[in-house]
Amino acid sequence: MSGSGTDGIVRQGGWRHRVARVVLYAILGLFCLYYLVPLVIMVSTSFKSLEEIRTGSLISLPQEIRFDAWAKAWGSACVGVRCDGLRPYMWNSVAMVIPAVFISTLLGALNGYALTKWRFRGADVIFALMLFGAFIPFQVILLPMARALGMMGLAGTIPGLILVHTIYGLAFTTLFFRNFFISVSDSIVHAAMVDGAGFFSIFFRIVLPMAIPAMVVTVIWQFTQIWNDFLFGVAFTVGDSNPVTVALNNVVNTSTGVKEYNVDMAAAIIAALPTLAVYVIAGTYFVRGLAAGAVKG
Amino acid sequence: MDAQANHRTFSRTFERWLPKIVVSPLFAASLVFVYGFIAWTVYISFTKSGVMPNYTFDGLAQYDRLWGTPRWYVALWNLFVFSTLFIAISTAIGILLAILLDQRVRAEGFIRTVYLYPMALSFIVTGTVWKWILNPGLGLERLMHMAGFTDFTFDWLVNSRMAIYTVVIAGVWQSSGYAMALFLAGLRSVDDEILKAASIDGAGPVRIYSSIVLPMMRPVFLSTIIILAHLAIKSFDLVIALTGGGPGYATDMPATFMYAFAFQRSELGVAAASAVMMLMTVTAIIVPYLYSELRRTGR
Repeated sequence: MSGSGTDGIVRQGGWRHRVARVVLYAILGLFCLYYLVPLVIMVSTSFKSLEEIRTGSLISLPQEIRFDAWAKAWGSACVGVRCDGLRPYMWNSVAMVIPAVFISTLLGALNGYALTKWRFRGADVIFALMLFGAFIPFQVILLPMARALGMMGLAGTIPGLILVHTIYGLAFTTLFFRNFFISVSDSIVHAAMVDGAGFFSIFFRIVLPMAIPAMVVTVIWQFTQIWNDFLFGVAFTVGDSNPVTVALNNVVNTSTGVKEYNVDMAAAIIAALPTLAVYVIAGTYFVRGLAAGAVKG
Repeated sequence: MDAQANHRTFSRTFERWLPKIVVSPLFAASLVFVYGFIAWTVYISFTKSGVMPNYTFDGLAQYDRLWGTPRWYVALWNLFVFSTLFIAISTAIGILLAILLDQRVRAEGFIRTVYLYPMALSFIVTGTVWKWILNPGLGLERLMHMAGFTDFTFDWLVNSRMAIYTVVIAGVWQSSGYAMALFLAGLRSVDDEILKAASIDGAGPVRIYSSIVLPMMRPVFLSTIIILAHLAIKSFDLVIALTGGGPGYATDMPATFMYAFAFQRSELGVAAASAVMMLMTVTAIIVPYLYSELRRTGR
């Protein structure tokens, strides 16, 4: 009623408006702190010496930047009985995540394309049945999968883990591509068909190049999911073939010797760096994946 | 001439079958690895399986044992406490931040990035960090002592009555930004014209949100709550990294319970029965949701 102009929801001008803006930014800023402080604590602790950790406080900054904890976390921290740091496990994760992401994304693209652009009877039922696989609690397949991997001779190996991630990632990748292809006009595919192009040539020459945004979203989603996975890693690998999440948990929960919080924090950052980097570089695609993962169908 | 025509019909038939040929192995994999494996687990839950699978039918004996295990009740109670608080707090923070961010805020992109980055972390990393922050000796407690509050105690992490709330704290920290992103997307899809009309009619911001925008967001609330519930039921990594299920089994949840009985205590029958209970819970939540979503967007 103040008579000021209405632009959107919040009335412009006036002291009330200004106070409201200050409160607004204060709350937003407080929440920024809430989300950032644990990261700052993690980084600052990783640069401290154990002595400083014992005498200082959680939020005191390191007096000098020391990389000892980082070197130890990367190269010589003990994971169980083996004291090679996280390095070998990082490579395990890399060796697992690249093929698993590549195969599941490609198969998901092919599947989504076949289910939407070459609609045959039962395609929707097949999709619905496959989609359910994305939501089951994986506890329900742990026991038979462990036996199946054993029978295939893949128990405790990285190829076994790749297979597991590919199979259970397929529901999500299919979903992402199906949602994308549904919004692509059928007429492009029909025109190519009239010109005599077949299933695969339409896929590789026309559909796939159009689907690059969907592909980026899917790759980022799959990369984050598979890199961050713990359940499959801990259930299906042993010792030397552990992915980095399992190794990190073992470093942190080793009960022998002095608790080295700085090494724990450095190890946590190392394990988090790949997905954090992807998030910082390609955040918008990451968010799109989250949204697509939420609003199904 | 004839051979060529034959060839053409063959390749045309083949082309027509090709999509099905491509989909069928993938569908078969899903049938075996999802439905077949579920069937196996369900069957095992009705057998005498102990350390090894034993295919002798044993009726509901494993379910009797499961529901006779005090630890299972602890796990269920924890799941109830955790998911209620986790969903309620994450939703509240999510909608608050989304509404605030929707006010033409400067540096919105940066703020959103900050709110959402925990979602890129592994729950193991989140658990590790919060384990350090909540450390009874050197963490928050020490910080408060140094700030002058010498009788401040904070031992939730090792206090079996309070430990489950530390899981809530860490879980909310990781997932509330996700809720914010979902709500913000919902708010952005509300038609500006409606808001302008309401504003011209003299409705204040509080009224516009409470009686126009939020009711319009009901589907977004529903899907956010379902997604958070789904995360809560599956939560395994966070518990393992933060408390290891302890002290004792005070922070056990169905997911960690199942894992402990399957891989540490080798009671396959009980483990399978608990997994089936989890599946039934998730199915009851997810299937109606997927059904309505597919119907809504399907053709």
